Amino acid sequence: MAENAAMMHEFLIKAAGLGAIRGERVLFSDLSLEVKAGEALVLRGANGAGKSTLLRMLGGLSRPDAGAVERPARHHWIGHRNGLKPHETPRAHLSHWGRVWGSNADAREIARQMGIERPFDVAGRLLSAGQKRRTAVARLLLADRPLWLLDEPFSALDTQGRVLVTDLIDEHRASGGAVIAALHGDAPFQASGEVQL
Amino acid sequence: MKSPSPLRAAFRQALGEAWAGGAGVLLPIGFFAGAAMLVPFTVGSEASQLSSIGTGILWVALALASLVSMERVFQADLEDGVLELWAQEETPLFLVAAAKIIAHWLVSGLPLVLLTPPIGIALQVDPGALVPAMLAYGLGGLAFFLWGGVAGALAASVARGGLLISLLALPLFVPTAIFGALATIEGPGGPSLLFLSATTLFALSIAPFAASAALRLAVD
Repeated sequence: MAENAAMMHEFLIKAAGLGAIRGERVLFSDLSLEVKAGEALVLRGANGAGKSTLLRMLGGLSRPDAGAVERPARHHWIGHRNGLKPHETPRAHLSHWGRVWGSNADAREIARQMGIERPFDVAGRLLSAGQKRRTAVARLLLADRPLWLLDEPFSALDTQGRVLVTDLIDEHRASGGAVIAALHGDAPFQASGEVQL
Repeated sequence: MKSPSPLRAAFRQALGEAWAGGAGVLLPIGFFAGAAMLVPFTVGSEASQLSSIGTGILWVALALASLVSMERVFQADLEDGVLELWAQEETPLFLVAAAKIIAHWLVSGLPLVLLTPPIGIALQVDPGALVPAMLAYGLGGLAFFLWGGVAGALAASVARGGLLISLLALPLFVPTAIFGALATIEGPGGPSLLFLSATTLFALSIAPFAASAALRLAVD
């Protein structure tokens, strides 16, 4: 699926002339970007510079104050909130989104891969921040979507978790996917481009 | 590939959330029964007096009880980040909103309708009229939950939005309350039941779109 989308279009996502206004302040203006299969774009900037705002515009959550986003490929989203409900176990979370997307993937196998097999049946409110983050990342493995939009994907993750997610991003790019990630600190993967806000 | 079933999943998730809330499901039921049972103590237990206002009291209690747990229906999804996941899916958001409201009605609204006969008896309403009246209470209750859902979606990003929900939803309840009250007095077969059905169909056709527009604003 990832390769199909990449072949049909030159790009997986393209934004032209994006601008964002918060109150009286211009966060960014005339921002253009394009991401093709296999690429990884890193969004950088100080707190409040507009990384999340930009990512939300790219994902279609916020309407751009100027410019337009073109997104021919389907995408996965990890926001700064994990999308895990307090009563929801990783098992319930993965089977819920598996149902939504019609996934055939084995949720337990994905959980094992993400290192959340042990708390597989523990309610979300009892999980550690890192375990919640791992559950959110595990969601991406349920369905093959070419574009991943990630807001601070490494937050709350331990060293092993960072390695896991880095490997996933590398694999995803190798199979024709692309990633746009808002990050602070060094990118543990080889970025193909950077947007400084 | 299994076929995607996003609406079934949304419905299941909403049901699961309602049960996981512990006593949350019982809150509207307790409120409904409690509000109705206070009436004989406040207006007097004279049978003729009670029976003339009994069906109306049930409508008022039903309208208020339908709002008590509406605050969390969409607010929880917004706080968990689940709403921003739904908002990026290809599934139309109005269908997801409708699935959530209907699930909420099934868990919290339908039990209220089943409770109207015993409470009605306590309020000296003619027992023979109570079972047919359940149809009117069911239709009216669904409309109350749909409008309440719109108000809940509008107030999703407001901390302690309960007051806002009541202020937004109660005016929308008026047509349903008018025709509902007439329908329970007339009994089945009267024209008011048809008008009541019309108000419920109107709510069913408008509320999901209004709720989804409000949710898009909340998630932005």
